[in-house]
Amino acid sequence: MTTIDQSAPAATPGDGRPAGAAVRFDRVVKDYGSGARALDGVSLDLAPGEFVALLGPSGCGKTTALRSLAGLEDITSGSVLIDGVDVVSVPTNKRDLGMVFQSYSLFPHLTVLENVEFGLRMRKVPAAERRTRAAESLDLVGLGHLAARYAHQLSGGQQQRVALARALVTRPRVLLLDEPLSALDAKVRVQLRDEIRRIQSELRITTLFVTHDQEEALAVADRVAVMRAGVIEQIGTPEELYSRPSSPFVAEFIGLSNRIPGVLVPGGVEVLGQVLPVIGEQPGDGAVVALVRPEDVVFTDATEPAVGSAAVVLTSSFLGPVRRTTVELPDGTLVAVQHGATERLEAGESVRIRFAGRPVPVHAAP
Amino acid sequence: MSAVRDSATPSKLTSRVILVVVAVVFAVPILSMVEFTLRAGIDGGHDLGHWAAILDPENSRKYRVLFQGIGNSVVLAAVTVLIVVVLLLPTMILVKLRFPKLQRVLEFVCIIPITVPAIVLVVGLAPVYSVVARLLGSAPWTLAFAYGITVLPYAYRAIAANLQSVDVGTLAEAARTLGAGWGTVLVRVLLPNLRRGVLTASVISVAVVLGEYTIASLLGRNTLQTSLVQVSKSDPFVAVAFALLALAFAFVLLFIIGRVGSIRRIRETP
Repeated sequence: MTTIDQSAPAATPGDGRPAGAAVRFDRVVKDYGSGARALDGVSLDLAPGEFVALLGPSGCGKTTALRSLAGLEDITSGSVLIDGVDVVSVPTNKRDLGMVFQSYSLFPHLTVLENVEFGLRMRKVPAAERRTRAAESLDLVGLGHLAARYAHQLSGGQQQRVALARALVTRPRVLLLDEPLSALDAKVRVQLRDEIRRIQSELRITTLFVTHDQEEALAVADRVAVMRAGVIEQIGTPEELYSRPSSPFVAEFIGLSNRIPGVLVPGGVEVLGQVLPVIGEQPGDGAVVALVRPEDVVFTDATEPAVGSAAVVLTSSFLGPVRRTTVELPDGTLVAVQHGATERLEAGESVRIRFAGRPVPVHAAP
Repeated sequence: MSAVRDSATPSKLTSRVILVVVAVVFAVPILSMVEFTLRAGIDGGHDLGHWAAILDPENSRKYRVLFQGIGNSVVLAAVTVLIVVVLLLPTMILVKLRFPKLQRVLEFVCIIPITVPAIVLVVGLAPVYSVVARLLGSAPWTLAFAYGITVLPYAYRAIAANLQSVDVGTLAEAARTLGAGWGTVLVRVLLPNLRRGVLTASVISVAVVLGEYTIASLLGRNTLQTSLVQVSKSDPFVAVAFALLALAFAFVLLFIIGRVGSIRRIRETP
């Protein structure tokens, strides 16, 4: 049986080489007994030290992919490689991974320090070194002062921090994060999200992060893989996914998009009298739906009827640095417009909108 | 603002009345037993004569069967608890973690013994025990195989309740990703978190074994209960005294379990 050599010294942050391992999913298929296919030929490469987020709606297979890397799910076919070694037949406890779960997973009968020491104990690290490394790991997540507490004496955010410290203390070659923030409240989520990114950057551990929250994925990952129905729809940097989505699904899943009817014409798609360049392949010709970001819609001078379309303001929401206003076109289409927070519009007010002219993805009209 | 009492919660007076009634129901027979063992004779006097007689070396031959029965029952209780811990507990954990679809089947199988009267069980067990006797002899401890079945419903419930309150799946997976093998997961992660359920199952098992008479009697084994019946024919006072001691033993066990739980809570309080 193949095993990963866990006794090999892990690279340290200061030695100039990535601490993480290269990970490869090669045409991974996972079928359940019921006939449902959770993963349908997933192929994905993670470079050493890279932070990749698997993003998608519930049931798209992202957690199954992560669990198959952890060895917690058997795969039907394909291979999963860590540093070029196929680990499909390697048991979970021999894969040298660190994992943080969605639900709180601290061992209730152990103190925080004992929890963090657990992985080192399994690796038969001498007691003195164990204590030192566990304390260092707790300091890394800012919880050194809570070492003597038990899990039930901690808040949800603190528990997930300890779980992160526990996962990192063994200096794993791959860190797996299975929606670790989903049980936390909004403020703690953002804090811990940033902290995870900081620590990952510092330690350069290859990280696979599963989430259904696109904002979370875009904020922390080097690259994001958007999954749907067991396949990866698109993988790219957050900027690529946002500005050049390869499919309507990705465009609608990443960020907010207006669905506006248009017609394909030479050079693009004609929407409200404006011709916009099209991203990717054009689905034939004729009627389509263009997906336009709210920030690509602008208010224009109502006295200039040659460009854009008249609209009536329905609602306007203050979002801090920006404001999002929903307007209704004469044909009943609702369009969200993102604009400066200082520009305040009242419901019922007549306005005129047009597009900034950036390329848009389109799909065939229903 | 005054607290509004839930209509389903009984008043303090009702609670106290219920408590007193229950206490009387339990206390009267026990006190009667105590009084019976202290009777000096038919003139109505009381002394500790019958209790002292138990420890009198002169009576050792007379009560030997009783002490043998106690010894056998203790061994039986220990082996039965061992069966629960070594067979039932890992099976329940395995079903919970790997074969959740079998949970209903396991529950059904474990509950069956409670629906079968002991006398019917013996009819089925008699031919089985003729084989057991051939293979392992007819030592009293072999009765533990039958007791392992009779305690199943109680032990299963106790452990299942604890299993439901602990996310054993996530704990096991977390331990596995940290490098623990299955043995370590069971002993160092799951068992400490299932301690209360295991202890409760053990206490119930001990209580069932100490109180079981029908199977032991019909299969011709000497246990606490069968020896009590035997001794009571010649010395009912000592038989009742031993019954009281068995009760006291069960109370002490329950007290110890309670203490173990509370010690843990105190240790965990900051």
